Amino acid sequence: MEIRKTALAGTLESSDAQVTVSPGDSGIELTLESSVMNQYGRQIRATVLDVLARLGVRDCRIKVVDKGALDCTLKARVECAVFRSNGISAGKVPWGGDIR
Amino acid sequence: MIPRPKPERFRLRRTMLFMNAQKPGLIKDAYIYGVDSIMLDLEDAVAENQKDAARFSLYHALTAIDYGQTEVIVRINGLDTPHWQEDIRCAVAGGVDGVRIPTCESAQDVRLVEEHVLAAEREFGVGEGRTLIMAALESPKGVLNAPEIAAASDRLFGIALSAGDFHRSMHTHYVPGGIELNTARSLIVMAARAAGVQCFDTVFTNLDDEEGFEAEVRMIHDMGFDGKSLINPRQIAYVHQTLAPTPKEIETAELYVRTYREQSQRGVGVYTVNGKMVDIAFIKDADRVLALAKACGVYHGDL
Amino acid sequence: MINAVGREIPDELLTDGREVYQGKYHMDGKSFRKAGPMAVRREKPQESKVLGSIREACERCGAHDGMTVSFHHAFRNGDYVTSMVMKVLVEEMGLKDLTVATTSLGSAQDRLADYIEQGKIIGIQSSGVRGRIGEVISAGKLRTPAVIRSHGGRPRAIETGELHIDISFIAASTSDDYGNAKGTGGKHDCGAMGYAVADSHYADHVVVITDTLVPFPNMPAPIRSIDVDAVVVVSAVGDPAKIGTKEARITKDPRNLMMAENCARVIASTPYFKEGFSFQTGVGGPSLAVNRFLEQYMVDKGIRMGFALGGMGGNICDLMDKGLVGKLLDTQDFDMKAIRHLQDHPDRHLEISTSEYANAANKGAYVNKLDFVVLAALEIDTDFNVNVLTGSDGVLRGAPGGHPDTAEGSKCCIIVTPLVRGRMATVCKRVVTVTTPGDCVDVLVTDYGIAVNPKRPDLIECLDRASIPHVTIQELQEKAYRLVGTPDDLEWEDRVVAVLEARDGTILDVIRKIKPLKL
Repeated sequence: MEIRKTALAGTLESSDAQVTVSPGDSGIELTLESSVMNQYGRQIRATVLDVLARLGVRDCRIKVVDKGALDCTLKARVECAVFRSNGISAGKVPWGGDIR
Repeated sequence: MIPRPKPERFRLRRTMLFMNAQKPGLIKDAYIYGVDSIMLDLEDAVAENQKDAARFSLYHALTAIDYGQTEVIVRINGLDTPHWQEDIRCAVAGGVDGVRIPTCESAQDVRLVEEHVLAAEREFGVGEGRTLIMAALESPKGVLNAPEIAAASDRLFGIALSAGDFHRSMHTHYVPGGIELNTARSLIVMAARAAGVQCFDTVFTNLDDEEGFEAEVRMIHDMGFDGKSLINPRQIAYVHQTLAPTPKEIETAELYVRTYREQSQRGVGVYTVNGKMVDIAFIKDADRVLALAKACGVYHGDL
Repeated sequence: MINAVGREIPDELLTDGREVYQGKYHMDGKSFRKAGPMAVRREKPQESKVLGSIREACERCGAHDGMTVSFHHAFRNGDYVTSMVMKVLVEEMGLKDLTVATTSLGSAQDRLADYIEQGKIIGIQSSGVRGRIGEVISAGKLRTPAVIRSHGGRPRAIETGELHIDISFIAASTSDDYGNAKGTGGKHDCGAMGYAVADSHYADHVVVITDTLVPFPNMPAPIRSIDVDAVVVVSAVGDPAKIGTKEARITKDPRNLMMAENCARVIASTPYFKEGFSFQTGVGGPSLAVNRFLEQYMVDKGIRMGFALGGMGGNICDLMDKGLVGKLLDTQDFDMKAIRHLQDHPDRHLEISTSEYANAANKGAYVNKLDFVVLAALEIDTDFNVNVLTGSDGVLRGAPGGHPDTAEGSKCCIIVTPLVRGRMATVCKRVVTVTTPGDCVDVLVTDYGIAVNPKRPDLIECLDRASIPHVTIQELQEKAYRLVGTPDDLEWEDRVVAVLEARDGTILDVIRKIKPLKL
């Protein structure tokens, strides 16, 4: 999947994460801020990269501002941002397929 | 993915707690309060431009969180919106126990949702017939059609009054004591009993009015409702306490069941206990009381 | 050297007879001679000790580079005096190499973080560090390791001479012109002043700072004029509205209420819950809410509390006014209601010093007579060790306060905390810092279940008899990690930024400089 335009999902509330994706041309450029950086920074990065790989996103700038979100929330925010950037978040989402 | 047991159409549903499906901090563990059912809300709680994001959150919450014995229902968006079909796909794919139809007005509404639920079950390989349905009656038309709605589907486990919109369409508002909902409540209980499904009362929104809440819980219990929708975990304990059979009710039920067993072994069908005539009709109700008492954790006997 | 809670204590800290922690009651029965302050005779008649400014008082008391000054934190987040005085010492008088020994530090003293970064303040001794000061200390900007002591540990260190104070600056709501000072009757009241009493007895110089001068004699008073060198009048000593923190308010949060209710059930199931029992809560929302549920159990059983101990909030005062509590032994007040109550009920709401409250090195502090204490935690591990000092990210942001003192002294210590906070597992495999040793902790109440320390089979039996479900603490820890994932180990540099003393003065743990994760 390509990143067609800048899109955002999530909030800056506690236990949530705000994810912004925008088009890029040199692989995945991840910027990560997290309130639990020292304990979970590596795991958050792995989760984000894993979701992007699953969605077939190769080139993308992605910024994650994490406020202590659980993995399931992180995934939901990254997926929603990517789907929004393609204008396909509102229907016919591949639940259980690419989204899992 | 956390596997969920097959939903039971008729189970204990004293309390249904509404939770915004879009709030990660809330939905991650709403089950710890001992509520019977959690209602993950895609409708009123979620802003129009966040319906898509809420579904992504919902899907992962349904598949990643172990809700244990707590039932998980999803309130989909109204049938007059562009959202409800995708809501059903998402909820069914996530293995939800049931969906709640808001502002249901006819048996046709139930059947329409049922069709889409079935289609989603097939699309996502979820067991056909697994997903339950409940209908919220929020308009005069819906309440007046309660009998046909309650009997519309084998998946439908119950009907619920939802008073917010009902108040508006009836040109009235919340009145302590509930006179404005009197007819609606009565019709709903009766329709549910006639169709053999459950019925649930509307939410009580003023958290600071504990007295008003408690009076309403006692009233709907006396009217015969099976349970009540809630907006805050603080409201759970009182409902469970009020809906549990009293020690006296349990004692009487036990007495009826025991004596009936003895009498029927001797071939007696009708007899008297403490001056009261007892027959099989009493025993059905006594069995129900004991089952409820067991489920509420207040009866540990062997019947 | 590894101590009794499994923590590596660097040998270079073990000088001058310093020992590592060796388990509870290790120092019991040992004798020592108390230290004394430098005193001065005032024989000549003297009309008043009031001086014109803080600077004049500092000069009169011989303020100098390298000295140790002390403050108390009864005004908590509303304290003005610490910053006010430090500004005079550093910015007006140009002093340096100062050590600040206070009873606690928070965001009200954020200015001190600048002085630490400038190298003017080189030492911190406190019961806790929050806000920016915690961040700069964790970043290694304080020249010497901070020393963290409990509320009982501080008077112990003062009385043994480990902490020698050159000048103590005591904020007081009222004082007379001779220095009899207290926390009530003024423009800005803080209530009990239990933290400041040891300082007033043992500092070489004592300066009372007030905004309400009252006629002599301002008695009875916790700070007595025979200990006071000078009195300074300022426009305001603090803001009582900021004493009550968010944490100190009674909670409406259903999670906290559920946990509080379970605490009350546990308390009521034990044999200590009988006529005349004693009780303390910490300042956290769920622990304060226990009062409300305990009331019903007391009424049902027809018993009264003999005394409540420690910091007081309005809710325990209400309980007393309903006739359910005999005496309040008060070290500090958490809200205006408690402050008024202290003033209005001198016969049964009694002010005590922190030495009386919790000092392990006197002839018996009141915590030793405590039945129940309900406390919060930032972390608790599967050995029941509690951390209330460092966040899961390794940064200083808390305070042992009276936690280790009451936990060790009481018969039943209950920790109440949610299983996870955001993505932080509160119940974990190994706490970042041990502030209260696990053998002092008896019961853990979380939103996911209750665990009893296996060292207390008697309490396990009590819970079973009362049909209160409980699980092992390992099960709770595993549940927490299932929810949030297993955290990576924090990475540290060698540099020790803070030394944590056990209440008996041995070294319980050290906090090193955190190496932040950079991806």
